[in-house]
Amino acid sequence: MKSEFDFLKAIPPEPGNLIKGLQLLQATEDYISDEGIRAAAEYFNRPEADVEGVVSFYAQFKRVKPGKYRISVCDGTACHLKGAVQVHEWLYQDLKLKPGETSADGMFSLETVACLGCCSLAPVMSVNGKVFGKLERKTMMKILKEFAEK
Amino acid sequence: MSKIISLKIGLASCGVAAGGEAVLAELKKWTQLPVTEVGCIGHCYAEPLVEACLDDGSSVMYGNVKPTEACVKNILALGEEGRFVIPAARRAKELVKVLALAGHISPVVLKEYTDHEGYAGLRKALSMKPEEVIDEVKLSGLRGRGGGGFPTGNKWSFLAAKPGFDKTVICNADEGDPGAFMDRSLMESVPHQVLEGMLIAAYATGASRLIIYCRAEYPMAIKHLKIAIGQIYEEKLNVLNGRAVEISIKEGAGAFVCGEETALIASLEGQRGMPRFRPPFPTDRGYQDKPTMINNVETFGNVPLILREGGAKFAEVGSAGGRGTKLFALAGDLKYPGLVEVPMGTTLREIVFEIGGAAPDRVKAVQTGGPSGGCIPVELFDTPVDYDSLRSLGAIMGSGGMIVIGQDRCMVETARYFLDFTHRESCGKCTFCRIGTTRMFEILERIVAGKGTEADLDTLEDLGKKVKAGSLCGLGQTAPNPVLATLRYYRNEYLEHVREHKCRAMQCSAMVDLTLDRDKCVKCRLCIRSCPVGAISADFVIDPAVCTRCNSCLDSCPKHAIRRIATGEKK
Repeated sequence: MKSEFDFLKAIPPEPGNLIKGLQLLQATEDYISDEGIRAAAEYFNRPEADVEGVVSFYAQFKRVKPGKYRISVCDGTACHLKGAVQVHEWLYQDLKLKPGETSADGMFSLETVACLGCCSLAPVMSVNGKVFGKLERKTMMKILKEFAEK
Repeated sequence: MSKIISLKIGLASCGVAAGGEAVLAELKKWTQLPVTEVGCIGHCYAEPLVEACLDDGSSVMYGNVKPTEACVKNILALGEEGRFVIPAARRAKELVKVLALAGHISPVVLKEYTDHEGYAGLRKALSMKPEEVIDEVKLSGLRGRGGGGFPTGNKWSFLAAKPGFDKTVICNADEGDPGAFMDRSLMESVPHQVLEGMLIAAYATGASRLIIYCRAEYPMAIKHLKIAIGQIYEEKLNVLNGRAVEISIKEGAGAFVCGEETALIASLEGQRGMPRFRPPFPTDRGYQDKPTMINNVETFGNVPLILREGGAKFAEVGSAGGRGTKLFALAGDLKYPGLVEVPMGTTLREIVFEIGGAAPDRVKAVQTGGPSGGCIPVELFDTPVDYDSLRSLGAIMGSGGMIVIGQDRCMVETARYFLDFTHRESCGKCTFCRIGTTRMFEILERIVAGKGTEADLDTLEDLGKKVKAGSLCGLGQTAPNPVLATLRYYRNEYLEHVREHKCRAMQCSAMVDLTLDRDKCVKCRLCIRSCPVGAISADFVIDPAVCTRCNSCLDSCPKHAIRRIATGEKK
């Protein structure tokens, strides 16, 4: 295992810790690279295909490098009813962003998530984990502009 | 006049999302009084909420607080403006037991919990024999709050019957139903209450490992639980009459199917979260092949109350179809979305109209049980909400998500939305679930796009029944419910879509145009400016060939001069 993945050693290499290990990998790398898969396979003593299988099963794991700011648009029931489709439409029109993609400048990436648990504030998105509710086109673009200028 | 002695601010996820942190910063600028960060009191629509506690023991709440000097100073002066009072109708119907401390105490200070009878339930349990504890839970009539509704006491006795202590109790905190946030709120606001319930279960069943399987999307819940677990270890509360139990948290990685017991266990073991055949049941062979029992967050949240007040007293609340209270996450088309707690057996009418404040003439149906449940039309709102009554209507209680669907929502589109979710979340193990839900989703896509046929409706029904029968776990067995229920109660809407290409709710974009009413228009040009595709001409005519039906113009119009009409309808 390459030394850059030594941080994995913080958790014992039991089989049950694979997902935790992958979460740690993703938290460090921001996504899971091919190298990361190899490192996890070696450390947890599992075939690479097996690790890839676990990665692809869970929605949390990303195999594409995300943007500096990760936008998660909630498409839970309440948000869907309150216009999550429109939120996606705005993002596409103004930033040319589609779910699962990263903008060309590497600033934003977009994903759709099932539910952020803030249904009463629908429609909701989160940017790098910070939740913003009751979205409207103008306020949302203002929020994103502020992030881009940071 | 009374004086403020301390302040509380709601900073659960809902409070934070509404801007509570900025309010806290502003508060600290203007006062030296202690400010406690508390959880959620359930009135999410009024967040950010600030409570001013007075020296006479009473308190004044302020809702929708803004992070401005004026707003904060108004609170500190106990101004009349912006005061928040729980709506009287809601106060009359609610019975707050499980959530009694939520939003009133700091989630991360153990003493605040113990000052309010916290861990009294555990102490009581430890003074009894384990089998007596189980009898008490049986007597309470508590049934699993995660959706299954299995009697909790019976489940406990299955695990207790296994010899030795090499057993695991798991708290299922993988609240995956979109629209449900009861468990999140409970864990964020009173983490110790859930942990106390788990410790009581460990004592009663003889388990020595406690694991909380929490979805990673709930960082605040995880943080609060971790702090609480640290405090438990410090105070040795995890030592049950001399026997130490181990408590850990595992974060889920985003898979709806992991709410299913055997899939959850596979996920804990570091595998793809796919369910397996039962038997063997987890209580025979579960986590690491050892006897295991899984209960939901809210179920554990009820346990300390049962021990404290006794099973018989607990069972006095509720109906024959379910004992105690139930938390519901109310969302959708209503005035007061948020978290409510009511006695089992409360009718939908009371919950949706009296507590939720929905306008009676604007409601079409309510969806219970999330994507696994079904819709219940407004005509049947006198149904008491308990496990058995809901099942008889083709819906389920589920974990407690309740989405109010307004008259202006299309039921076909609603069904399509749920199937979009379930077909993507199907783990792929069972053919009927994997392919059947995908085909059902494709048919629904076709219908909302105006390309459906009448035969499609029969195919949907046929497939739905087969997917239910041919699936191993709860996901597949319930995935067709939203389609079957809407077909049962709103077949006419489906027929209009396929026969007349008409969506009465004007929601299915393939069947609507946008039109501008020249009599109402004040020529402010906001619509022209807001249109992302330039479909509105300088003289305010919307070109349907260019228009993407995105609603931007409709939302921007200050005079409500733009509306949706059926395609081809006279403008």
